[in-house]
Amino acid sequence: MGFKRIDWALGGVLVAMVLGASACGSSNSSSSSKLPTSVGAGEGELNLVAWEGYAQPEWVKPYEASTGCKVHAKYAGSSDEMVALMRQGGSGYDMVSASGDASLRLIRGGEVQQMNVELVPEWKNFIPQLQSPPHNTVNGKHYGISLQWGPNTLLYNTQTVKPAPTSWSEIYNGRYKGQVTVPNNPIQIADAALYLSKTQPSLGISDPYELTEAQLNAAGNLLKAQRPSIKKYWALASDEIELFKNGDVVIGAAWPYQYSTLIADKAPVQQTIPSEGATGWADTWMLSSHAKHPNCAYKWVNWVSSPKVQAEQAISYGETPVNTKACTYMEQIQKGSCGVYHANAPAAYFDSIKFWKTPVKECGNGKTDCMDYSAWQQKWTEVTG
Amino acid sequence: MASNALARRAARVRVSAALFRRPWLRAVLLLSAPGAWFVLIYLAALVLLFISALWSVESFTGNLEHTWTLSNFETLVKVPAYRTIALRTIGIAAAVTVTDAALAIPFAFYAARVAPRRVSSFLFVAVLIPLWSSYLVRVFAWRLILAHDGVLNWSLDKIGLGSVNIGYSNWAMWIVFSYIWLPFMILPVWAAIERVPASYLEASADLGARGWRTFRTVLFPLIVPGIAAGSIFTFSLTLGDFITPTLVGGAGSDLIGNVVYQNVGVANNIPFAAAFAVVPVIVMGLYLLLARRLGAFEAL
Repeated sequence: MGFKRIDWALGGVLVAMVLGASACGSSNSSSSSKLPTSVGAGEGELNLVAWEGYAQPEWVKPYEASTGCKVHAKYAGSSDEMVALMRQGGSGYDMVSASGDASLRLIRGGEVQQMNVELVPEWKNFIPQLQSPPHNTVNGKHYGISLQWGPNTLLYNTQTVKPAPTSWSEIYNGRYKGQVTVPNNPIQIADAALYLSKTQPSLGISDPYELTEAQLNAAGNLLKAQRPSIKKYWALASDEIELFKNGDVVIGAAWPYQYSTLIADKAPVQQTIPSEGATGWADTWMLSSHAKHPNCAYKWVNWVSSPKVQAEQAISYGETPVNTKACTYMEQIQKGSCGVYHANAPAAYFDSIKFWKTPVKECGNGKTDCMDYSAWQQKWTEVTG
Repeated sequence: MASNALARRAARVRVSAALFRRPWLRAVLLLSAPGAWFVLIYLAALVLLFISALWSVESFTGNLEHTWTLSNFETLVKVPAYRTIALRTIGIAAAVTVTDAALAIPFAFYAARVAPRRVSSFLFVAVLIPLWSSYLVRVFAWRLILAHDGVLNWSLDKIGLGSVNIGYSNWAMWIVFSYIWLPFMILPVWAAIERVPASYLEASADLGARGWRTFRTVLFPLIVPGIAAGSIFTFSLTLGDFITPTLVGGAGSDLIGNVVYQNVGVANNIPFAAAFAVVPVIVMGLYLLLARRLGAFEAL
């Protein structure tokens, strides 16, 4: 017994490393395919990367029955994971329900292809802001079909958190030490930046996704100070639901999905959009550049864009449909839901939400001194690690 | 028919005779399949790991850039968070190893020396049974025990001791790791204690040493190789784990494995993940050298 043989093995590794290094190299080519002009027969299968709750049997089953496309959904916990899955999954996935902080990365990385909105008749009934929004439409080319949108809310336990919170300060001020949860996601920095833009105007934050180094550091410091209050940074929506159910946390940042699931379980929770406003998401079904089942994909976007399915998904998840005709169906499923989920809200409501987008070097003002997404990721690791 | 069978038998005898005369041929035949597996799958993966640690990723599109750079290692050294995570990982792994050794030695001593044969084999099965159920199930069970409204707090409350708040924390992680890897420590220590001749302990007693002294000066030095062998398992398994921290850890419970997982599966920064994964490889290398000094490989 000894290490002599292992020493030889190590020597072999070094030699192989040198040999391997000289043999490495690859090239990336982006292909621009012709847009389809009609939707053909389904290919029998459809593989989705989706947010938890986006492929519920309620609307997947009838889709499968009418098109013959069997749906396989892989749930992703974060936008970063979605990008990684689309990048590494190759032709394994056909579509992804990307949020605004992922969609531009997918487009620039060549992971998704242009789509023909003419093949989605309901697209004309979408709210105008989400027909060709900048997060999925580049130079007039549509890289996906908008799906649903909504705010990131403040979720709290109504038995322990009294009075009802009206400000995000409740998750930063240390009052609920060790009982707070926020998403384990670098884009959470934008929530801190939004809060700082209202509470510390001297920092000069105008857009929570366009932060200079000093502004990013300020947001990072706020989040570091918040860490003792955090019980757990949640990764999956189901984690947060369990934390609230077990009483491990009493307040935190959430999606409406957690709220509606907890309410269905009769948990004493409430959600609110605090006075500082909220960040939010606008999701898009995007078609992979390597999609093997494009016809099933077009059938899928047509199906989920139809007013009835839009209404079903909106109520199931607790979000706002993009199709303006969905309201009638929402009222049929659940009286008053159209108003609750802001499906008929004026444009001012839409404008009050700061929608997720990928932080890039280019600030909106023509300067290039903003911190890009990798800097955000680094900062987030510093906060949570 | 009969002559056919005879010819086959003669051929077989010739082959085995040829093999008997050429030991190197025997070795080649026996080792070529596992050897190819070892080189192709294990070493190739390690080599790829080291190579990709020297690449980088274009931050916006996430494409790999195949140019040589040490920037990943620079980040590892410069950013204090990664140092904290590396030290936390090594610290937890060490704490788990010490805890498991402390639990395993008295247990193994009782099972190997004191217990009657039937009890001893029952204990052996009891140590192995948890390994039959899924790792995930056992970790989730601990999550239910340690949660705020969990079994632990419920029991403490019933006997009037109030409640402890250790769910989702480093304490929870330490408890769960110690539980999960305990069998891997007990078995080698058990084997080591069984190997110590009873006459040694009797001689020690005859010379007037009491229990503690016999343990300290006779038994313990003889079972150090067994403890070292067990510690390789507990230490390396903790060093590479990311599931337990994800499930029962809290804020600030990330281990190296979590950062690697996040960089591969979430942030799509494989080069950085590879660079960080080199750290446990180095730590484990040093640890194995130390374990060899303690004679761990003689006990395997």
